[in-house]
Amino acid sequence: MNNRDTNFDQSPSRFKGKIITDEMAGKITRVEELAYILKISDVMSSSLKTLSPDHSMQDVLVTMRENRISGVPIVDNDSHALLGMVSTEDLIKCLANQDIDANLTKYMSTKLVTVNSFDYLTEALKLFARTGLGRLPVLDENGALAGILTKGDVTYGLLRALEHDYIEEEVRRYRASHLFEDIESDRSSLILRYTIEHYDFTHGGSASSKIKRALLRLGANAQLARRVGIGIYEAEMNLIIHTTHGGTIHVEIEPHQISVYAWDEGPGIEDVNLAMKAGYSTATEEIRELGFGAGMGLPNIARCADEMDLQSELGKGTHLTMKFFLKGEDVVGEGYTGKGKKETENDA
Amino acid sequence: MNIKNLIKFIDGDLLTKSADLTREIKGGCGADLMSDVLASIQPNAVLLTGLCNPQVVRTAQMSDVAAIIFVRGKKPPQETIDLANEEGIPLITSPFGMFELSGRLYLAGLPSLEQPISE
Repeated sequence: MNNRDTNFDQSPSRFKGKIITDEMAGKITRVEELAYILKISDVMSSSLKTLSPDHSMQDVLVTMRENRISGVPIVDNDSHALLGMVSTEDLIKCLANQDIDANLTKYMSTKLVTVNSFDYLTEALKLFARTGLGRLPVLDENGALAGILTKGDVTYGLLRALEHDYIEEEVRRYRASHLFEDIESDRSSLILRYTIEHYDFTHGGSASSKIKRALLRLGANAQLARRVGIGIYEAEMNLIIHTTHGGTIHVEIEPHQISVYAWDEGPGIEDVNLAMKAGYSTATEEIRELGFGAGMGLPNIARCADEMDLQSELGKGTHLTMKFFLKGEDVVGEGYTGKGKKETENDA
Repeated sequence: MNIKNLIKFIDGDLLTKSADLTREIKGGCGADLMSDVLASIQPNAVLLTGLCNPQVVRTAQMSDVAAIIFVRGKKPPQETIDLANEEGIPLITSPFGMFELSGRLYLAGLPSLEQPISE
């Protein structure tokens, strides 16, 4: 909602004339969010050229020319309170009157729209949009001048914050993908456990979703993450649909293999061979309406996994094991061994 | 074809926000059986479906679907939309039926990304 207020069309000179691409537009939600996180004090310019009321309009002209600025805040010498601003427009009026030696108080604007340094950026964005002003003086808690905020400061501050986000995510990814490198043991593995409730369709798939994300974080390529994700999703749905009390999913991640165990305590499968047959299903009409129960789950798992084992005893429960073997470039948690290639695959 | 163009092309309404609409679509797949989708779909497809529950989004996420189109003007419940927003998967509703949509998209040059399911 606030993106309209940010008014990118009137953005500062460094972006002037450039079309906002879809890619930038895609960032708008994060920008909106940042406008509520960043304080005005985080982005304003605080090194200021100011003048006190005892100066002349000639001094204003010199200050503007030397610093290439279009407005000078006038502050009280002692209290640093903001008394007014002299803008280029005020200077032009003065020049038209041939009155350059006049005291600046004669021409300065005193009706000022200001913002507080401790307010969120969104307040400033609203003011920019409502007033059409290009710069806002910023006051601190005591009403003294703390800085100036231009639209350029806003854009620059937001871009800096976005860049920071990006670097943080990169660092997080890097750390996770080198997880196993820094820990020494004869055999290290990372174990993820998830409890799956019977008939919990609302959360159905959330475990597989988390596992897929974890694998991508650990540096797995998109294809491997997809294969493991689909296999586990089918297993997860089986626990939701076919068990009496739900079950557990246990994923063991090692640099060279991923083992998935799905356990439940019943009711167990009567004929495992029949259950493995594509198209065979015991699912109810209700389940079918949800888009499942087509008898494709177990065959699907078999297709995704490199190795699959299904043990079941009627009345006792079912143990499903899936193994995924990682070839050279698939390796997870040991850094980007196949460097450039892997990163592009992740992006794909 | 990217998602933005796709929406225009099928008179669609975008139901989600915060999705990357410049993502390129490589082809399509039409199914109401999620297991069929999981078994047969290739990455970066647009999924045409009449099924509206949240499992559609989960399925799409697992199989790297680029966008989901609900056919015959169907509108999914809020929980489906919420999940799609969370996962960044665009949801689109189109007034056309599954048959007509498939035909239109195929003629527009989108290939089928459904693999045959062999045993």
